[in-house]
Amino acid sequence: MSNIPADLKYTKSHEWVRELPDGTVEIGITDHAQHELGDLVFAEVPEAGRLLTAGEACAVVESVKAASDVYSPLAGEVTAGNPALAASPELINEDAFGRGWLLRLRPAGATHGALLSAAEYAALTSAEGF
Amino acid sequence: MARHTALYELHQSEGARIVDFGGWEMPLSYTSQIAEHHAVRRLAGVFDVSHMCIIDLSGARTREFLRFLVANDVDKLTRRGKALYTCMLNESGGVIDDLIIYFLSDSWFRLVVNAATRDKDLLWIRRHAEAFGVAARERADLAMLAVQGPQARALTASLLAPADAAEALALLPFFGSGVADWFIARTGYTGEDGFEIMLPAHTATRVWRALNALGVVSCGLGARDTLRLEAGMNLYGNDMDETTHPFESGLGWTVALEPAERRFIGREALASVKAAGSQRELIGLVLEERGVLRSHQKVLAKDGGTGEITSGTFSPTLERSIAFARVPSGVHARVQVDIRGRLLAARIVKPPFVRAGKSLVS
Repeated sequence: MSNIPADLKYTKSHEWVRELPDGTVEIGITDHAQHELGDLVFAEVPEAGRLLTAGEACAVVESVKAASDVYSPLAGEVTAGNPALAASPELINEDAFGRGWLLRLRPAGATHGALLSAAEYAALTSAEGF
Repeated sequence: MARHTALYELHQSEGARIVDFGGWEMPLSYTSQIAEHHAVRRLAGVFDVSHMCIIDLSGARTREFLRFLVANDVDKLTRRGKALYTCMLNESGGVIDDLIIYFLSDSWFRLVVNAATRDKDLLWIRRHAEAFGVAARERADLAMLAVQGPQARALTASLLAPADAAEALALLPFFGSGVADWFIARTGYTGEDGFEIMLPAHTATRVWRALNALGVVSCGLGARDTLRLEAGMNLYGNDMDETTHPFESGLGWTVALEPAERRFIGREALASVKAAGSQRELIGLVLEERGVLRSHQKVLAKDGGTGEITSGTFSPTLERSIAFARVPSGVHARVQVDIRGRLLAARIVKPPFVRAGKSLVS
């Protein structure tokens, strides 16, 4: 059974969002998503300074099985891509909500309302039959 | 209706991720596909390959029948227990299936064919067997385990009584033999040493658990695919099918056009291809940049010729992506592959990529 931390927000496309104290957010893919993909072998993350719109493809995670786009849950400016993933993409498998984060973003506006709560995301993944 | 092997309940209880493979619900991986891959390269792993179809052919004219049925020449099998890898072709030289044939006696040969093709294979074989008075019997009573890796033979043999173990360990590569109630063969699909064991289906779970207890790692079809591709072995349906002939599938070495007087199905078509020279060939590729080659990606050669990846994956041993691609013959330089809209450089290499745990790619 996938782990779904209560303090994060989620998207239907299996990204998570963590609000950081400095007003930026951290973004990754969920434990459910990494489990579906299997062993990750590459991750391509955006560079700081890139401007993203909500729903824009901003990263690629590639497993032995498949390549998958990651969509930015929010509009904003990238403040960092996770530098550890180039050498250790398996961090996404091992710690999807922690060391496997993909990017950090300074949101352009307060649009968090469109995101799912942990309970809503849990309902979504169980409806998908996993 | 999905088909299940005798080990299906074990796979489920182990928490394997189950996928459909040619109509069979099979384990893709149990824990990590990459960890399972490394277990086979470094120690030993066990695979459920019971979805493959074992067919026993019997009749006084079985050898003569097989010399007509398949493209390799069964007359190469002179010692009992010896195995032969071959393609079974249609009249136009397309590959109906690839299979292994074991010579058990002059009136008994055993075939192992692919899971997804078993029904059409059986129909084809029976259709042609009748004229030779040969009977084809599907051995659904048997399960098949592949135990592969540098420690696979020793660990498997430790499950047997001493005399049986000695017999199993004495098997030469590509030989099989009946040992106790097993048929055990020194064959596989990983590029490592090991055994493939055919055994009564109701005993398969017990043997699997006993292998696990010795440290043999349960492995799924995911690891089987990365291992076979590293080992330079074709997968039916990806790298060849009824629309491709062996010469454009890296399988020319399995076609025996000599002796010239042997008639076999597809011979005329193959002889014309051979005389004219094959227009296309199957090559090995190593991706020089980050990314993963996958089947159906387009391959672009410098001279403007194009081809297609037939099998591609991330190689856990090489830690880069490898593939087979079908391209116009004579493409000998570097190529580019269209990966999700980006053109990435790949180098042509001669498979296998990995053999017995060692990289063969510089």
